[in-house]
Amino acid sequence: MNDLADWKPELLGVDGRVLPVVTAPAEVLSRPGTEVDPTDPSIVQLAADLVATMRTSPGCVGLAAPQVGVGVQVFAVDVTEHPKTATLHGAFVLCNARVVEANRWRPGREGCMSVPDLTGDVKRAGRIVVEAVLPGTGTAVHLVTDAFEARALQHEIDHCAGKLFLDRVAGAHAVYQRKVYL
Amino acid sequence: MNELAITVIGPDRTGIVAEVTGALAGAGANLSDSTMTRLGGHFTMTLICTGAAAGDVEKALAPLSGVITAVRAVEPSGSGEQGEPYLVSVHGADRLGIVAAVTRVVAAAGGNITDLTTRLTGPLYVLVAEVDLPPGASDDLSVRLERTAQELGVEVTLRRAESDVL
Repeated sequence: MNDLADWKPELLGVDGRVLPVVTAPAEVLSRPGTEVDPTDPSIVQLAADLVATMRTSPGCVGLAAPQVGVGVQVFAVDVTEHPKTATLHGAFVLCNARVVEANRWRPGREGCMSVPDLTGDVKRAGRIVVEAVLPGTGTAVHLVTDAFEARALQHEIDHCAGKLFLDRVAGAHAVYQRKVYL
Repeated sequence: MNELAITVIGPDRTGIVAEVTGALAGAGANLSDSTMTRLGGHFTMTLICTGAAAGDVEKALAPLSGVITAVRAVEPSGSGEQGEPYLVSVHGADRLGIVAAVTRVVAAAGGNITDLTTRLTGPLYVLVAEVDLPPGASDDLSVRLERTAQELGVEVTLRRAESDVL
């Protein structure tokens, strides 16, 4: 088990390509992703592509494989620049991730690149433990995090399970038109 | 595309949404945005629909018993959501003019109300509004709302309703 301290996207050893982001309603966003072999070269390439696509999208702090049209359990996260971040693991990609502990539930309003016109109030755990494997090596990861990184991980793990934030909104009045920021 | 603004109000009962929306679908009216909620024991529906003529929708709704309906053709309008999103919460003893006084202050600050709900339960009156504010307007509005709230004898809070894109 490792905690990502030594991992960085460059270790994937391939150049990421920027892929188009899929928006709802798209069947791939609502279908549970399949587990992957993290050492499969196509998964390593996908991991690099997710990082590259995430980095070209302004304000994007996470991107899951279904959002680029691939129905598998792989996602990238990087909340380094976000003001609500507490615990931080930098930029990383996880495969076959599972939330094994979740507590300190808190409401928050979130949006999604795949649902560009809406936001919604969603309760997420403020502290989670995630188990996953790393792309490339297949090394098992045991990740403990909180605050905004925890919210981002739950959002991306949901994508890998075919769920959108719309599946978790707090009530009939908890979906909003997304604002155009001035 | 031709848009219709439709309101339906009636005593709340099981099945009213299914009946009204079934009649609309039967008339070829496609629901886009709508809110449907219970207000003081009445079930109220406000809907924007496309794809049907007003006369056909009126005919389709006419057989529904015990409801008041109105159907109007309206010009399509862009949503134009702009500004910084804030939430205004007001609560206190009910009295005449709370909504008018609070929303007048919001409007004077250039705030555009995009959603507003009020509830009266016993003596307690509650108002919650989603407001888009021009950049930099919140501090001044907060002071003005506080002054208005004192005059009304109610409590008010203005807070940012920020969202995070994940």
